[in-house]
Amino acid sequence: MERRALLKLIATATGTAMFAGNALAYENLRPVPLSATLFTGEDVALFNEMAEVIIPQTDTPGAKAANVGQTMAVLVTDCYTPLLQKTFKEGVATINTLCQSKYNKAFLQLDMQQREALFNELDVEAKAANLANRVWQGVETGKPSQWEPGTDEPTPHYFTLLKQLTLYCFFTSQVGATKVLRYISIPGKYDGNVPYKKGDKAWAT
Amino acid sequence: MATNEYDAIVIGSGISGGWAAKELTEKGLKVLMLERGKNIEHIKDYQNAHKEDWDYPHRDLPTQKMKLDYPVLKRDYPLNEKTLGMWANEKENPYTEDKRFDWFRGYHVGGRSLLWGRQSYRLNKEDFEANAKEGIAVDWPIRYEDLAPWYDYVEKFAGISGNRDGLDVLPDGIYQPPMPMNIVEETVAARVKEAFKGTRHILHGRTSNMTKGKPEEGRVHCQYRNKCWLGCPFGGYFSTQASTLPAAVKTGNLTLRPFSIVKEILFNKDKQRATGVEIIDAETNQTYVFKSKIIFVNASALNSAWVLMNSATDVWEGGLGSSSGELGHNVMDHHFRVGASAEVEGFDDKYTYGRRPSGFYVPRFRNWGDDKRDYLRGFGYQGSASRSGWRKDIAEMGIGAGLKDAISEPGPWTIGMTAFGEMLPHHDNRIYLNKKVTDKWGLPVLAMDVEIKENELKMRKDMQQDAVDMFEAAGLKNVQGWDATYAPGMGIHEMGTARMGRDPKTSVLNAHNQVWDAPNVFVTDGAAMTSGSCVNPSLTYMALTARAADFAVEELKRGNL
Repeated sequence: MERRALLKLIATATGTAMFAGNALAYENLRPVPLSATLFTGEDVALFNEMAEVIIPQTDTPGAKAANVGQTMAVLVTDCYTPLLQKTFKEGVATINTLCQSKYNKAFLQLDMQQREALFNELDVEAKAANLANRVWQGVETGKPSQWEPGTDEPTPHYFTLLKQLTLYCFFTSQVGATKVLRYISIPGKYDGNVPYKKGDKAWAT
Repeated sequence: MATNEYDAIVIGSGISGGWAAKELTEKGLKVLMLERGKNIEHIKDYQNAHKEDWDYPHRDLPTQKMKLDYPVLKRDYPLNEKTLGMWANEKENPYTEDKRFDWFRGYHVGGRSLLWGRQSYRLNKEDFEANAKEGIAVDWPIRYEDLAPWYDYVEKFAGISGNRDGLDVLPDGIYQPPMPMNIVEETVAARVKEAFKGTRHILHGRTSNMTKGKPEEGRVHCQYRNKCWLGCPFGGYFSTQASTLPAAVKTGNLTLRPFSIVKEILFNKDKQRATGVEIIDAETNQTYVFKSKIIFVNASALNSAWVLMNSATDVWEGGLGSSSGELGHNVMDHHFRVGASAEVEGFDDKYTYGRRPSGFYVPRFRNWGDDKRDYLRGFGYQGSASRSGWRKDIAEMGIGAGLKDAISEPGPWTIGMTAFGEMLPHHDNRIYLNKKVTDKWGLPVLAMDVEIKENELKMRKDMQQDAVDMFEAAGLKNVQGWDATYAPGMGIHEMGTARMGRDPKTSVLNAHNQVWDAPNVFVTDGAAMTSGSCVNPSLTYMALTARAADFAVEELKRGNL
């Protein structure tokens, strides 16, 4: 059944009789403007370029097309503790320093091969650092580190943070969920025995 | 004041309050339903119901501010952007913890009927008899047979999907067709049945998500979006808004008053009857008095006890119903967060379609039949099998196109299940009024003094090991048992604070949920539970409420109230 038809069908449901109250319970959360974050448009552009190395455009869109940099800026600002923010921000600066020392260029001036080479190194370094620092929690999944206020344990390696943010912001985006993964808003039924062949995309959720 | 007088007042608008309002209005009573929080209108106010993941500014992650605002809620999964605003404001509504107690409250019309797990099981015969047989607490004043017709009645109206499995341990009800198991669940179920020779069962979950519509009630069958907690615009699962409230409104006999915090039940000690309630308007802070012939207390187990404790204190220091010494005692929940998970091989060519908001259920098998353990009672499991998605473990993957491809395809099939265990009623597991701390309206708050004890701790070992055994017996790989630890309240199944019983000296309520000391006051939510069973309790509150409402109206007619 079409969503429109369904909505029409349920529109007959009765209202409630009362004499007070109109504030809404479910909060209607508004988008966070960049001006309310710790970052600038330039930062977002840089995050997008970095994220694109982790999730590049292939025959489907990549991280930049999903503008993950914007979401990363919001998540780092509002969801991270100050310590995670510090690790992340210093990490981004470190990446640029590394680019200067290795290539004598800023990150944005590197070509894709150089960016990939650098990030492959950092990925290996990050895994080793997390192991050495005994940082286990959540470093191996595409979900940003969720720290409680006031937590001051060793943070994951900055590249791990970048990777988590990239994956999470990408696969929860409309582009990631609908153009790279599959998503149907109203499935209408459940089938627990559907044929699958290698290469078919996963459901977004 | 004519407008302030009703036949009945219902305190609370959640699962049991909604049922009380429906039953009493349909029997012709003029009913005032009081809700301490704001209103939520069906469909219209489910403003997140059609949002997608990308519509949330933090993609559903809690912010640091949310964690500071909700220090209790953040202890477990309920703190997220999608349901933000649907949980009680912790600063305005504090409570104190002698021992850690995670209290997840929904203060709005519909209460936690908009935030429940929807699993709907009947207690079995043994559940009603075990206290008496084992000398635990007090005997239930009713038996399964007393409640069975009322289970039938509420199941039919609420719309429960499930399979009739013919097991004494999990009595069958009136069901719509079950939500299907997937191929892996079916396979593991068959293997478990064979391995344990029919003593352990993996069954279809029984849930209030409907597989058949109820057009006469404006309800459509579940659309498999798995967004239940955002309010269902299809009315696909049972909630006050989708189900009982429209029925009550239709009678023309209901008045719903949100923002109405019941301060106390007014009591006439000469007549030994309640006369009404005094409320504080949560918005204006003004107090109002409403009068009625009967009162149904459905404020959720702990808050129903709070209302009683704060009432008739000039007669009984501990409040209405405290003469037994049991009011606020015998707090129960279901202890859980322990189980096992495993990988399932051989189904790489299979996948699923749709987001099923339910799973499978394993009914209790411990201390059942010939089985005897070194603890009392038992537990059931809830679980499901699925293929992992993009959130899968990416430890071995690097970056770039290879990572993107690998993570874009479904991973291996995994199966997991979590045990829900019965918690025994202990007199010293209690809540009480803490008058040193007050809420936004100057009312004393609850103090929590509840813990799990030896019986539960022993049971937890089986809860983990039995899950491991079942998955290993089914030939699954990488079987891992886990215990994520539990604090009372996390089950969101609070029970027992005004228990039913046979003797006014040892129980707060009689067999018809009447307060012994005020027979025109009925308590029919989780507070009434004499023992907890291990099954999800809400369906039992529905049945108890419908039964008590029927009795109340008959007694009114007979002039006994």
